[in-house]
Amino acid sequence: MKKLAREVAVIGIGQTKFGEHWDLSFRELGIQAGIKAILDAGIDSKRIDALFIGNMSAGQFLGQEHIASMIAEEVGLTSNQIPATRVEAADASGALAFRQGLLDIASGLHEVVVVGGAEKMSDVTSDIAAGFIAAGADQAWEALFGATLPALYAIMARRHMKEYGTTMEQLAAVSVKNHRHGKMNPFAQYQSEISLETVLKAPRVAEPLGLFDCAPISDGAAALVLCEMELAKEICPCPVRIAGTGQGSDALAITNRPSITEMRATKKASERAYERAGITPKEVDVAEVHDSFSIGEIMAIEDLGFFEKGDGGPATERNDTTFGGVIPVNTSGGLKARGHPLGATGIAQINEIVLQLRRKAEGRQVKDARVGLAHSVGGTGGTSVVHILEVV
Amino acid sequence: MGVARYWRQQDQRYNLGGSKCTICNREFFPSRTMCPICHRRSLGKMEKYHFKGFGKVTSFTVVHDPAPGYRSQVPYILATIELEEGDLVLGQIVDCPPSEVEIGSDVEMVFRKLSEEGKSGTIQYGYKFRLK
Ligand SMILES: [Zn+2]
Repeated sequence: MKKLAREVAVIGIGQTKFGEHWDLSFRELGIQAGIKAILDAGIDSKRIDALFIGNMSAGQFLGQEHIASMIAEEVGLTSNQIPATRVEAADASGALAFRQGLLDIASGLHEVVVVGGAEKMSDVTSDIAAGFIAAGADQAWEALFGATLPALYAIMARRHMKEYGTTMEQLAAVSVKNHRHGKMNPFAQYQSEISLETVLKAPRVAEPLGLFDCAPISDGAAALVLCEMELAKEICPCPVRIAGTGQGSDALAITNRPSITEMRATKKASERAYERAGITPKEVDVAEVHDSFSIGEIMAIEDLGFFEKGDGGPATERNDTTFGGVIPVNTSGGLKARGHPLGATGIAQINEIVLQLRRKAEGRQVKDARVGLAHSVGGTGGTSVVHILEVV
Repeated sequence: MGVARYWRQQDQRYNLGGSKCTICNREFFPSRTMCPICHRRSLGKMEKYHFKGFGKVTSFTVVHDPAPGYRSQVPYILATIELEEGDLVLGQIVDCPPSEVEIGSDVEMVFRKLSEEGKSGTIQYGYKFRLK
């Protein structure tokens, strides 16, 4: 595989607390995250050449499209009319915005780019929000027949249980572990532990998945500053290299895929990212994966190559995916506990990985972390995006 | 979805109307204008094909927390069904309690009301399935 034309580093990170922000608008969330990232990078905002924003559904949640221009202005980036672009791939929008920013610099077009993600979901009731989230699935062949996103993941979960013997307890162990991690993350929506019993006894949303198998509805924003590597080394004391990038697609409807117990888009995206980074899954020290539903994390850790197919459930139960295990997964609390403001999620994942690689993750620091991976899924797997970052 | 968008899919939703590639004899649901195996050779060689409506459950869920427009049907069974012809389709299973459905259950198509109030305010009809 050919190298990217230029190497790119992350030099600034920033995010809001995730949760229900009744007092903050979409604009204010975006500004908070953007300004934090720019301050963290320690650069003059005049040096920023372009902006990419990941957002799934401002048009539905707020009736506001064209949000790239809005955020650019609020963060003070419109004085020089820099290019500002919104990127959409359901809840993989943030990860895809990151990839666009990376390619923008790698191509030689720009030197410094801000990438962000934001979503404001709590301005509508939860069933309306569920309908909007379902827009990431196939409207004509899934949603019309009564499918919600939890229902589609539930169908995948039941098949995974049938084929591999995955248990309710193993699904629940994902959420228990992610809440335990989230407790150590000051930006997480939920900073409290939950018991296995609580998860198992919670009301069912779509059997076999219950309330605590599902990521919450969240408001939040996150941002990053990306920079060409040579320049990054001059201006930043701790640049983090973007070593690999991969993206994959698959049929929008789960019925148009040969298997519903794996995500081909994730397998391909990760193969591409590993190849570009020149590493194997075993060399990854810490990972943020897309656990919009507990079964999603189990499939992800299999499809990313951390565990054999079918071993995702048992591995979680063996504590292989927590601190001191084979590979700590979702040290931030994941989508389940950190929160899942759709478009912001992919950027927040990279925030966590950069924090880990800077060795600034405090109580949740993975010892000697050198290589980190972030994995984002759009809807039920029609899009998957994987990035690998490493210490310079 | 707008009324025209529903109307365009009526044959597919009412009668499991798909398509068949006359080159490789594979059937497709939903209908395709080009065979994904034969590609351009299949252009103009695709025929209408109505699926027989028999199949087996490959997985299912019982939905308790529905999207707007489906609340009156709760709890409802939503399943992936492998049709006899080989294609997979998503649909509800009706006329039985959830406890009677298993992976592997034989089902047949029935014609029913899908949603009470689509975004357009109209009632939508289409295929569901029942145990055979
Ligand atoms: Zn053909």
